[in-house]
Amino acid sequence: MQLNGAQMVIEALKYEGVDTVFGYPGGAIMNVYDEIYKQDHFKHILTRHEQAAVHAAEGYAKVTGKVGVAMVTSGPGFTNAVTGLANAYMDSTPIVVISGQVPMSLIGTDAFQEIDAVGISRSCTKHNYLVTDASDLAHVLKEAFYLASSGRPGPVHVDIPKDVTAQLAEFEYPTSVSMQTYKPTTKGNARQIKKAIEAIAASKRPLLYLGGGIVNANASKSVREFAALTGIPAVETFMARGVMGASNPLLISMLGMHGSYAANMAMSETDLIIGLGARFDDRVTGKLSEFAKNAGVIHVDIDPASISKLVDATYPIVGDVALVTKEFLELAKEKIDSSKYEPWREMCEHFEQIHPLAYDDSSDTLKPQWVVERVGELLGKDANISTDVGQHQMWTAQYYPFDRPRQFISSGGLGTMGYGFPAALGVKRGDIERVSINITGDGSILMNIQELMTSVEQNLPVINIILNNHYLGMVRQWQTLFYDKRYAQTDLSVQPNFVKLVESFGGVGYDVSTKEEFDKALKDAVDADVVALINVTVERLENVLPMVPAGGSLFNMMLDDKDR
Amino acid sequence: MDNERRVVSVIVINEASVLSRITDLFSARGYNIESLTVAPIPSSEYSRLTIVTSGESRVIEQITKQLHKLIPVLKVYEHTKLVEKEMALVKFTISTSLSDIEALSSSYNGKIVNANRDTVIVMVVDEPTRVSNFLSAIERFNPKEIVRSGSVALEQ
Ligand SMILES: Cc1cc2nc3c(=O)[nH]c(=O)nc-3n(C[C@H](O)[C@H](O)[C@H](O)COP(=O)(O)OP(=O)(O)OC[C@H]3O[C@@H](n4cnc5c(N)ncnc54)[C@H](O)[C@@H]3O)c2cc1C
Ligand SMILES: Cc1ncc(C[n+]2csc(CCOP(=O)(O)OP(=O)(O)O)c2C)c(N)n1
Repeated sequence: MQLNGAQMVIEALKYEGVDTVFGYPGGAIMNVYDEIYKQDHFKHILTRHEQAAVHAAEGYAKVTGKVGVAMVTSGPGFTNAVTGLANAYMDSTPIVVISGQVPMSLIGTDAFQEIDAVGISRSCTKHNYLVTDASDLAHVLKEAFYLASSGRPGPVHVDIPKDVTAQLAEFEYPTSVSMQTYKPTTKGNARQIKKAIEAIAASKRPLLYLGGGIVNANASKSVREFAALTGIPAVETFMARGVMGASNPLLISMLGMHGSYAANMAMSETDLIIGLGARFDDRVTGKLSEFAKNAGVIHVDIDPASISKLVDATYPIVGDVALVTKEFLELAKEKIDSSKYEPWREMCEHFEQIHPLAYDDSSDTLKPQWVVERVGELLGKDANISTDVGQHQMWTAQYYPFDRPRQFISSGGLGTMGYGFPAALGVKRGDIERVSINITGDGSILMNIQELMTSVEQNLPVINIILNNHYLGMVRQWQTLFYDKRYAQTDLSVQPNFVKLVESFGGVGYDVSTKEEFDKALKDAVDADVVALINVTVERLENVLPMVPAGGSLFNMMLDDKDR
Repeated sequence: MDNERRVVSVIVINEASVLSRITDLFSARGYNIESLTVAPIPSSEYSRLTIVTSGESRVIEQITKQLHKLIPVLKVYEHTKLVEKEMALVKFTISTSLSDIEALSSSYNGKIVNANRDTVIVMVVDEPTRVSNFLSAIERFNPKEIVRSGSVALEQ
C-alpha cells in the first residue's frame, strides 16, 4: 500500500491501539495534523503547552499501563517537550513522543524552527530516531512502541522531517519486532533464584524493599502473596506506594528521606534486603557507607545497570520481577517458614509504636497532613491521586491510604513542579470512571495552570487541591533547617485569586480554611464534574517529618521540630 | 580502589549518530575517555570501537552495562588478556640526524614512511606504553609534529 509519511503515522498509531494523542500543532508537523483531522481512530487532546502534553501522556501511561503518546512541532514545540521526556526517563514511563522537524534539505542550515532535536533528547530518552525516509517509518514506529514498553520502560522520541511526512512510500506495518541488539532478559537465572531463596530461609530479619518496577510489571498481586506466605515485612519506595495496600499488616511504610521511622529503622536493622524493582536512589539510601550495613542484598531488576550500581548485590537477579516473584513463591512454599521471623516482625511493630507517623492537629489552622488524610477518608480507593512536587507531595506519599498500584502518580526521579495537573488530566482520560485528584502547592500549580482550559474543553475534570502555605514550602523548609531561616525567594505572599482564576476558565473554585469548608468543597467539586481548584489555606511553617538530611544516615532522623 | 586503565571494545550497528550516543554517554555519566578508535567491520553492518578508559572497578562495570543498554550496541567486551597496539606518526626536518632517528624507530617497529626535500615522516606501531617511550626518546630531535592514534585491541 502506498501512503505518505503522515498517513503512515496515523496507520501506525491505529495498529498500536492508541486511543489518545496529546499534542500541539505547528509548521513542521502540519502534514500529520492534516491526517489527524481526517481520521477517527483516536482522539487528539490539545493541551495548552507541549510540556503538559508529554506529562499528560505520562499520566495516561502510568494509570493504564499502556504506552502514552504525545505529538509536537519542531523547534520550540520540541524544546517545550524536553522536560516531559526527562521526567519519563527518570521514572521509567513508557511514552512515545513524535516531533516534526524541518525538511531534510534544510537540516543543518539554522532553518526557521530548526533545532537538533535528537541531539537534545539523546540523554533523556531510552532511544530516539531521526527518520530520513518514509519507507523507514513503519519499522521505526513499531520499534518505538516496543522499546518504550518492554524491558525497563522509558520514553522514545521519533523526529520526522516535514518532507518525509509528505513522501510517498510502500507501507506495511510489521507484526512483530526482532532487534539483534536489544533482547531484555525477563526470566531470572534459576540457580540464582534458588540461592536467593536459601539465603532468605537462612536469614533472621529479611526485609522486602519494594520499588516502582513492581508497578510496571503488574506484579503487586504476587508480591503480596509472597509477603503473606513468608511473613516478611515490607517497605515501599515512593514509586511503589500502593503495591502492598495501606491496610496490609506486613507493610511498614515508605522509607527514605521522608520515610517513616519504622521503615528506616527496619532497613537499618535488616540482615537481608530483598530488593524488587527498586533502584537504591539516594533519597532512599541516605549516606551509602552507613546504609543497611549488616545486610546481604538480593536485587531483582530487569535493568542489569541498576544492579550493583550503588549497593553491591550479593544475589543479583536480572529479570522481570513478575516472573521472578512467581518463582520465588513456588520455592518459598517448601523452603520458608514464616514463624521464624516472628521476633523480627515484633521488632518492626515496636519501631512503629515508638515513633508512628504523626502530626499535631490544630483547631485554628488546617494542617496539610489532615487535608491529605481527609481526602483519603472521603475518597480512598475511588480516586486516583496525582501530585506536584514539594511538601504536599511528601505528605501525600506519607498520609494517603494507597490501596492499589497505579493509584499514585507523581514525579519521583526528576521532581518536576508542574507535572501534577497535566498528569492528572492524562490519568482522567485513561481512567474516566474514577475521580482524578491533583494534590498541589501554591508554587507548583502555577507552572501548568493553562491546562485549566484543556480540562474544561475536553471535559476531563480534575480536582486540584492546593495546600497553600504561601511559600515554596519544601525549599523554605530547607532554608529553615539549613540556611538559618534566610528565606531567599521562597515567600509567595503575593497570590492570584484562585477562585476567580478557575471560574474565568469555566471551572469551579473554593477558598477553604476550616475542616467543614474543606469537606463541603471536596464533595461539591466531585459533584460539579468540572475542573476545580480547592485553595486550602494551611499552616505556613509546617515541616515534612521525619527527615533524613541529605547525605545523612538513614537511622539519623529528625523526628519532630525539636530535633533541629 | 585504584583508577585502573581498561580497554573496552564495543560492537555497534553502523548507523548515523551511534558514535555520539557513545561519547554522550561517557560525558553525561562523567566517565573518562583516554582514546577512542572506530572503524567498520568488513562485510558486516557493524562497526567496532576500541575505547581506552579508566576508573574504579564499580565504574568500569557500570560503563560496560550502560554501553550495553544503548539500543544499537550488540556486544561489549571488557578485555583482560589482550593484544593492544597504537600508532604514531612523527615529522622531522631533514636536517635532523636521520640515521639516529631511523635506528630509534626501528627498535619500536617503526620506519620512515615518507620523505621529501624538507621533512621526513616516521611511523611506529607498538604497545601504548612503548609508543610513549618512543615519543619521549625522540624529543631531543625536536620533532615538528606528532600525531598519535587511539588503541586497537583484540582478546588473545
Ligand atoms: C522532594 C522529593 C522527595 C523524595 N523523597 C523520597 C523518599 O523519602 N523516599 C523514596 O523512596 N523516594 C523519595 N523520592 C523519590 C525518589 O527520588 C525516587 O524517584 C524513588 O525513590 C525511586 O523509586 P524506585 O527505587 O522504586 O525506582 P523507580 O524509579 O520506580 O525505578 C524502577 C526500577 O525497577 C526496574 N524495573 C522496571 N520494570 C521492571 C520489571 N518489569 N521487572 C524488574 N525490574 C523492573 C527499573 O529498571 C528500575 O531500576 C523523593 C522525590 C522527591 C521529588
Ligand atoms: C521545575 C522545578 N523548579 C524548581 C524546583 C525546586 N523545588 C522543589 S520543591 C519546590 C517548592 C514547591 O513549592 P509548592 O509547589 O508551593 O509546594 P510546597 O512545597 O509548598 O508544598 C521547589 C521550588 C523543582 N522541583 N521543579
